[in-house]
Amino acid sequence: MADTMQFDLVSPERMLASYEASAIRIPAMEGDMTAMPGHMPVITTLRPGVLHVEGAEGTQEFVVSGGFAEVNAASTSVLAERAIPRSEVTQDFIEELRREAEKAHEAAEPHEKDATAKALSDLAHLAEDMV
Amino acid sequence: MPSLKDLKNRIDSVKSTRKITKAMQMVAAAKLRRAQDAAEAARPYAERFNAVMSGLAASAREMGQGPKLLLGTGSDQVQLLVVMTAERGLCGGFNSSIVRLVRGKIAELEAAGKTVKILTVGKKGREQLKRDHEAKFVGHVDLSEVKRIGYADAQGVAKDVLARFDAEEFDVCKIYYSKFHSVISQEPTELQVIPATFDEDDAPQNASFYEYEPSEEGILAELLPKSVATQIFAGLLENGASEQGARMTAMDNATRNAGDMIDRLTIQYNRSRQAVITNELIEIISGAEAL
Repeated sequence: MADTMQFDLVSPERMLASYEASAIRIPAMEGDMTAMPGHMPVITTLRPGVLHVEGAEGTQEFVVSGGFAEVNAASTSVLAERAIPRSEVTQDFIEELRREAEKAHEAAEPHEKDATAKALSDLAHLAEDMV
Repeated sequence: MPSLKDLKNRIDSVKSTRKITKAMQMVAAAKLRRAQDAAEAARPYAERFNAVMSGLAASAREMGQGPKLLLGTGSDQVQLLVVMTAERGLCGGFNSSIVRLVRGKIAELEAAGKTVKILTVGKKGREQLKRDHEAKFVGHVDLSEVKRIGYADAQGVAKDVLARFDAEEFDVCKIYYSKFHSVISQEPTELQVIPATFDEDDAPQNASFYEYEPSEEGILAELLPKSVATQIFAGLLENGASEQGARMTAMDNATRNAGDMIDRLTIQYNRSRQAVITNELIEIISGAEAL
């Protein structure tokens, strides 16, 4: 079995990363999951969080704002609405995401409140992680 | 017969026009390259997105249940047409050809007794449609301040469309934009975004092997609104490239026409100059003979 898999990180505007990785930790909606070569095919939505990618040149981290990931035995594609390398994350970026989430929370219908509240708390965790 | 001075002035003015159109052509060429790069860069996302969505959509259709965004409201009585055009003119038939397609569509829909609503993106299409169809306008998105189309712009348009859909303002939504084939050929295109359509050919053959988290329906419900934004974004990018391509061709033609005109005017100028000289000579000679 191959010990690496193809990893792609794409945003609507461009391809952010594409290389061979040995393990990818994905901030999935229902908890982190780590995809390694030979993983069962799965499609999951993402919560705002940090994506860890272990490649040949060490671990790279990206902050993603949401989107989804498609995992199969040979490749992992992460489609994120917004993604930036962790080193480039600024307080302003997190704040902006938080403001958007708050606005969405206020505007949400009662049956959607759970989801938007979860997004808010995920962002709060993310902000703590970043410090 | 225009005087020599008039001719000289005309030649100068056509020359400066040529300089301007030449400059615009070069600017359009540079912008076209950037627009093409942007469209190219956005392709991987759209392709993957569509692949996943068409798999999900196919299985949801099989089950016969799913969100309204996918299956429709069960009617196609009220149609929303999102007309995406340029913010600027001087790009040949680019805006007109999109508007022509839309006009044809409106006539067709009205003949079938449907209600048509129009959302315009870009000023030029709005201006052209205003005369006949102003009553059908429901909104306008202004992108004239936007230098480079970003995903956020498409999200803005999508949010507007989705809010109207949630308010049950329409049943079917179609977007109109120009597909970029090459610098000399752009094709006005219609794409239905609500109820969502996906190219079923893109569907991965093994879609059913996938495990879904949280659930297939949950993912579908979350991704469908995003797919509207993705499709609008792709349309806007195609439009951007088409606009610059059309402008480049139009300005190239204008530059060439100005060149032809300068040649013609120069010949006319030289002829009249010669006529004036001949006239003067005749006058001098006949004056000398009279003495």
